[in-house]
Amino acid sequence: MNEILSAPYVLEYTYTRSTGPVVSRFLENLRYEVLEGVKTVDGRVLCPPLEYDEEGEPTTGEFVALRPSGTVKSWSWVEEPRKGHPFDRPFAWALIQIDGTDNAMVHAVDAGKAKRMSTGMRVRLRWADQKNGTIRDIACFEPISPYLPGPVHLEYDVNPGKHYSAYLRGLEQGKLIGGRDPEAGKVYVPPRGADPMTGNPTSEYVEVSHVGVLTTFTIIRIPFEGQKLTPPYCFGAIVLDGTDSPIYHLISGVPHDDIRMGMRVKAKWKPEEEWETSLENILYFEPTGEPDAPFESYKEHL
Amino acid sequence: MRDVAIVSFSQLPSVRAMDAADEAEMVQPVTSEAMKQVGLTQDDIGFTCSGSTDYLPGRPFSFVAAVDGLKAWPPIRESHVEMDGAFALYEAWVRLMHGDIDTALVFSFGKSSLGPVPDILNLQNDPYYVQPLGLDSISAAALQAQAMVDSKKATERDFAEVAVRNRRNAIDNPNAQIKGNFIVDEILAEPYISSPLRKSFCSPLSDSAAAVVLAAGDTARKLAKRPAWIRGIDHRTEPHALGQRDLTASPSAKLAADKAGLGKAAVDLAELHAPFAHQEIILREAMGLGEGVEINPSGGALAANSLMTAGLIRFGEAASRILSGDAGRALAHTTNGVCLQHNLVAVLEGE
Repeated sequence: MNEILSAPYVLEYTYTRSTGPVVSRFLENLRYEVLEGVKTVDGRVLCPPLEYDEEGEPTTGEFVALRPSGTVKSWSWVEEPRKGHPFDRPFAWALIQIDGTDNAMVHAVDAGKAKRMSTGMRVRLRWADQKNGTIRDIACFEPISPYLPGPVHLEYDVNPGKHYSAYLRGLEQGKLIGGRDPEAGKVYVPPRGADPMTGNPTSEYVEVSHVGVLTTFTIIRIPFEGQKLTPPYCFGAIVLDGTDSPIYHLISGVPHDDIRMGMRVKAKWKPEEEWETSLENILYFEPTGEPDAPFESYKEHL
Repeated sequence: MRDVAIVSFSQLPSVRAMDAADEAEMVQPVTSEAMKQVGLTQDDIGFTCSGSTDYLPGRPFSFVAAVDGLKAWPPIRESHVEMDGAFALYEAWVRLMHGDIDTALVFSFGKSSLGPVPDILNLQNDPYYVQPLGLDSISAAALQAQAMVDSKKATERDFAEVAVRNRRNAIDNPNAQIKGNFIVDEILAEPYISSPLRKSFCSPLSDSAAAVVLAAGDTARKLAKRPAWIRGIDHRTEPHALGQRDLTASPSAKLAADKAGLGKAAVDLAELHAPFAHQEIILREAMGLGEGVEINPSGGALAANSLMTAGLIRFGEAASRILSGDAGRALAHTTNGVCLQHNLVAVLEGE
């Protein structure tokens, strides 16, 4: 048993503070979203305003209106705010030189991330919704971004052309359509305008197998803008049986460590009622369980 | 001007929490020990002065209770400053200049363990413009440290090296709290508290008490074989508002050191009261303390920082090395206020 007694104890003082003409004018103006500095005898401007400058000279009592923006002179990032801090989420303390002044104000910057903070950065003042004539009528400052939004939005009608239309119509019916050059006999999926080996039109459409060989693959582990899937996932090139060019799709239904070149795979389709004119009708390719294809059989398609 | 010297020094080992002692119980052992070292009792003391702050225990006039640790009957001449004990030493030094008394007892005590010290120290800030924001002492010091980094006067690695050296020095100091062979790269891997300050760039919170006896002229020579004479002592302060100062420099420490006569002869060592690692770099630059000066052989405030006591301990540590004959001339420094606003410097010397 600890013989030393201990008990919680709270110290509070309900003091009020008199403010005087300089401080009271500044604080009262904050209620009306007006930011002012005071002029010193030697022509400098101080914000927050002080009664005396550091030389001990009384300031002039002449106030100047200021634009509510400034420059960060020093800062400190607080990842875990203390009780009593102005935010309960990560924020920065900063010394901020308000534009047109010669001193700096201590306040908080709501920057979201430490990475956005730097000395010399520009900030703008954010007013508090509720005001009570204290320095906290300034809610905080926020970064002024040097970037301007520059979105582009243009509306087009696209059409995929004759061959892709045939391919997409096939997908809508659960078929994989290829195009064949009748002379050379090579089959390309999707169909294309011409056999790149001969230059002849691939004028015949043929339905091709849903089973093929995984010729190569990659496992995506990094996130990127616009990504639809959560990494890691596998993306592979599949040469369907009887065709001469690969299609590209997700490889799933198998541990990533077991995925290998030459693996036999088959298409895993969505339920028929969800089919559209889209390759997304195939969810992914999965192993068939057959023995791997020998390298010689697909090396010309790599 | 009379010659005045520190003739004895006593301190309690700094610890994180000294639960078992109240103010009087902390004061009694150090004051009685400091007097005993020179064969004095309270009846022989001409003036008694202490330094502390009531906000640490959170009890108004708690310093009055500390007098219970002294023999104060018949009534004694006593005074108190709401500052570090080193400023009480300054007041006692001034009092000895009157010439009517020859001895003074100075003591201080600080229990940092009772309250939220970084928030308590926000009460030092401007009550109109800063205090309502809740600027704690670590965040205020962080604004100064970032200004050091931005101005290229120091790097975070420099801060870590200061911490490592102080805590290595503290290994030989039985009264230090945080000591050992720390590693710069490990310190640099600590998370930020308020960037760029990491835990090891900040002083620990400590409970401790300390006392010194001052004596003038021949009385000092009678009491100690080798008194630590105060050759000069001065303190200077800067504007209160952080936004009115160059936080990377300390003109007040420089001026106080000049007035204390630091430039008259080389010092062997300096005990600097720098509660944050970057502040030691600022102070050394301000006072021109180069490679030839041993800095904080005790480990300084980064090894133990009982508020209101750590400054007096710097004076005691510097004086001890003169009293023992290990040093000829030494500098003792104490700071007060936010971001080194106010600095007290003394030059101590043996005969």
